[in-house]
Amino acid sequence: MFDLSLEELVQQIKSRQITAQSVMTAVYKNIESYEEQLKAYCTIIEKRRAMELAAVVDAKAKNGEVLGKLAGIPVSIKDNICIQDPQLKTKCGSKILENFYAPYNATVVEKLIQEDAIIIGKTNLDEYAMGSSTENSAFQITKNPWDPERVPGGSSGGAAVSIAAQMALLALGSDTGGSIRQPAAFCGVTGIKPTYGVVSRYGLVAYGSSLDQIGCLAKSAEDCEYGLRVIQGYDPHDSTSAQVEYGDAPSIDLSEQKFCIPQEYMDADAADDDVISSMMELIETLKQAGATVEERSFPFTNLLIPTYYILAFAEASSNLGRFDGIRYGVRKEGDSTLESLYKTSRSNGFGAEVKRRIMLGTFVLSAGYYDQYYGKANKVRTFIEQEVEKILAEFDCIIGPVSPFPAFKLGEKTEDPLSMYLADVYSVLANLARIPAISLPTKPSASQLPIGTQLMGRKFQDSQLLATAAAIQKITSDHQQTPNMLHK
Amino acid sequence: MEFEPVIGLEIHAQMATQSKIFCNCSTEFGKPPNANTCPVCLGLPGVLPVLNKQVLEFAVRLGLATNCTIRLDSQFARKNYFYPDLPKAYQISQFDRPICENGWLNVDVNGQTKKIGITRIHMEEDAGKLIHGDGDDDCSYVDLNRAGVPLLEIVSEPDIRTPEEAKAYMEKIHSIVCYLGVSDGDMEKGNLRCDANVSLRLAGQEEFGTRTETKNLNSFRFIQQAIVYEIARQKEELLDGHEIVQETRLWDSDKKITYSMRSKEEAHDYRYFPDPDLPVAHITQGWVDSIAETLPELPDAKRQRFINQYGLRLEDASVLVAEQSIADYYEDVAAHQVNPKTVYNWVIMEMGRVMNETRKRIGELGISTNHLAELIGLIEDNSISGKIAKAVFEEMLKNNQSPHVIVEAKGLKQISDEGALGQQIDEILESNPAQVEQYRAGKTKVIGFFVGQIMKATKGQAHPQIVNQLLKQKLDL
Repeated sequence: MFDLSLEELVQQIKSRQITAQSVMTAVYKNIESYEEQLKAYCTIIEKRRAMELAAVVDAKAKNGEVLGKLAGIPVSIKDNICIQDPQLKTKCGSKILENFYAPYNATVVEKLIQEDAIIIGKTNLDEYAMGSSTENSAFQITKNPWDPERVPGGSSGGAAVSIAAQMALLALGSDTGGSIRQPAAFCGVTGIKPTYGVVSRYGLVAYGSSLDQIGCLAKSAEDCEYGLRVIQGYDPHDSTSAQVEYGDAPSIDLSEQKFCIPQEYMDADAADDDVISSMMELIETLKQAGATVEERSFPFTNLLIPTYYILAFAEASSNLGRFDGIRYGVRKEGDSTLESLYKTSRSNGFGAEVKRRIMLGTFVLSAGYYDQYYGKANKVRTFIEQEVEKILAEFDCIIGPVSPFPAFKLGEKTEDPLSMYLADVYSVLANLARIPAISLPTKPSASQLPIGTQLMGRKFQDSQLLATAAAIQKITSDHQQTPNMLHK
Repeated sequence: MEFEPVIGLEIHAQMATQSKIFCNCSTEFGKPPNANTCPVCLGLPGVLPVLNKQVLEFAVRLGLATNCTIRLDSQFARKNYFYPDLPKAYQISQFDRPICENGWLNVDVNGQTKKIGITRIHMEEDAGKLIHGDGDDDCSYVDLNRAGVPLLEIVSEPDIRTPEEAKAYMEKIHSIVCYLGVSDGDMEKGNLRCDANVSLRLAGQEEFGTRTETKNLNSFRFIQQAIVYEIARQKEELLDGHEIVQETRLWDSDKKITYSMRSKEEAHDYRYFPDPDLPVAHITQGWVDSIAETLPELPDAKRQRFINQYGLRLEDASVLVAEQSIADYYEDVAAHQVNPKTVYNWVIMEMGRVMNETRKRIGELGISTNHLAELIGLIEDNSISGKIAKAVFEEMLKNNQSPHVIVEAKGLKQISDEGALGQQIDEILESNPAQVEQYRAGKTKVIGFFVGQIMKATKGQAHPQIVNQLLKQKLDL
């Protein structure tokens, strides 16, 4: 059943060729086998309850009742997405929220429930989605199923692992600068960051509000498209959500597609040879399919990292102000003053990376520095957005690596946050330009670690981008590979 | 040394919307703590603001009424600071792109008209409030009912020079926000309040002195008193050779002094930046124009019309138009073809006195405009005297009856019948021959004695002029 597309599986559940209970049983079998080692989930609902929910779906199918588009599908959601559930906290990987149960559902959660999906748990992440390895979680370290000594990527590391180890069939993650695509690449799954505004952010605990976007991780572009179709849509609770019609998935003829490869991405020093060669193999496949691939210069590439981090940190420093121990979350009293309550709660509640980003973000917004940093970064962002728009007027997609390297060893980069920041150079472009971007598993590294290659499309043409990726996955098989541990 | 005060006001007006600025919670006052809250105004993780369009419309209304330029692409910004009544640790406000800019108003002080510039008007959310436990309870409690209630902040240019001008400006703003319906203007509830920036400079000097900001003045009187105090205090400091400390001060209305709250060194760096959760508030000139068409007649225009239409003096017309309900009431009464100046006297003197005593609004006194017009009509056709009219008015307040009914029931109608009065006068002259002799001997002042006697005999209902006339006729024979 793990080979079926989500659409096929839901059809079979509806027509009772497969029961939702048997799907749930299979997923929980994987959870029982791998979760203890991989630690993808922060919290997970009891199997008994998951089976009851699946039984409800089967009963409805039996009674011929109308079932939703995700009927009986076990879905994981990242632990920065709010869900109102007595068994599922929303901790964001942070000690300061370790006792927090959200009293409302995120819009995406409402949409999943509406379509009869079964949300089975909350996946681990870097604290407040700040990081690229999921090592910044206050609670646990998630391992990569391809090599448990390696990181799964991040910040949606738990989400990517839940898919790679078949412990969920659809995962929702969030992507501020690559947090869906990079772990998807590290774990050999497909992940999409939609156009900014396609999916409501209501109920997503904000990191960089102008960059954050919820998206899907799954085993294929087809499944990502299927999931995205459910969670997208204008939301009156989110003023930044777009009132744009999400079109039907078009049929894509790769021979008519024009791909752009930024010259700067071919720089041999910037990425591992394996990464470049994996991308080159995809380009070769595209050319053989008759597609046009041309190089163009992206002279603003060296501006991406500073621009991204100034904006993201500044917004984060403000967004995280509310975690003050006053109304919810963990309060640590210092002496009896209010200032000490704030300082003690926040000093104890946040991890090192979060504090670093809050401090940097506070600095760039300080009186006298605004124009120099945040103001300038916003101007640069607008410029980048316009430049990318020009390129995408000429091309259907931009191709690039997702990460300069495949999954690294646990602890390998924790002492060098700057090198981790710099590794986001390929992924932040899509967030800054607000365009959709998908990470596809392409040729693995010499040591058989997954590598992802990225396609970026035009604003609000998410379904075209996904259809292009699906067309590629029809003629390639890298996305079908699964970690060895599943075959034992 | 001659000092010139330089004063600017920042006024906060709570908007009269049904729901909060960024969520659907009610703005109703007086609910149990935290009854009017939801995940959005509680600032829970993951929530997002959605602008209440009514807020935008109210801001535009006020901007148009105060001669501002309306910005078609205004933007919300976050003002970041920590306080337990501020659940997101930032207030959503406006910074460098406010909705209204470069306006002005005229105020009248001592017969002089003065133009006061308005730098800007912007939209923002209010914070909640803290309730501190008393006695053994050393806890502080947070009530977020007010968090997210929409405010308009109206910032004046430093054009004000005297406490009287400051008060007049505040009164004008109060009057306008009430006319427009954008705020109920209830200063006692703090729905309209102001911060006063005051500095002194040497007469003739160009640059401003160091200013202080006195916060949360919530009555016209306090504004004036606080500024008078602050001018005197700063003058004394300067004459003593001290420098003025730039600081935030508070007004103590019991002691009638301002005192320091925090100095500039402790001032916050609010780290303003555009709120990424709220797109630029694009509006069209067409929408602004359609709002302009719905603006009511504003106080200044109404006052001019009252002067022209009713022949009122400028000062009297100013008093009438300050509150729209009073102006409307006045016009309704005046429409009954009675003397507009008499109507002014009754509305402002008599009803004004009762409004002050009972702290009621004009519509709550129970005297309809028809009844007041009737009462004035009775005076004008000599049916009752002014004195009797006041007694009838007191009755009207008590039982809401028509003055005709009261006059009939109590037999208060003025006696103007010369025959009946003549008879009475003859009787009194007969029974007081000594006084008649005195009068005829030249002590004409005793006529007052006769008038008093007749009034006594008629229970005040005799028409005084006719009595005088008849007395003279009979005595001068």
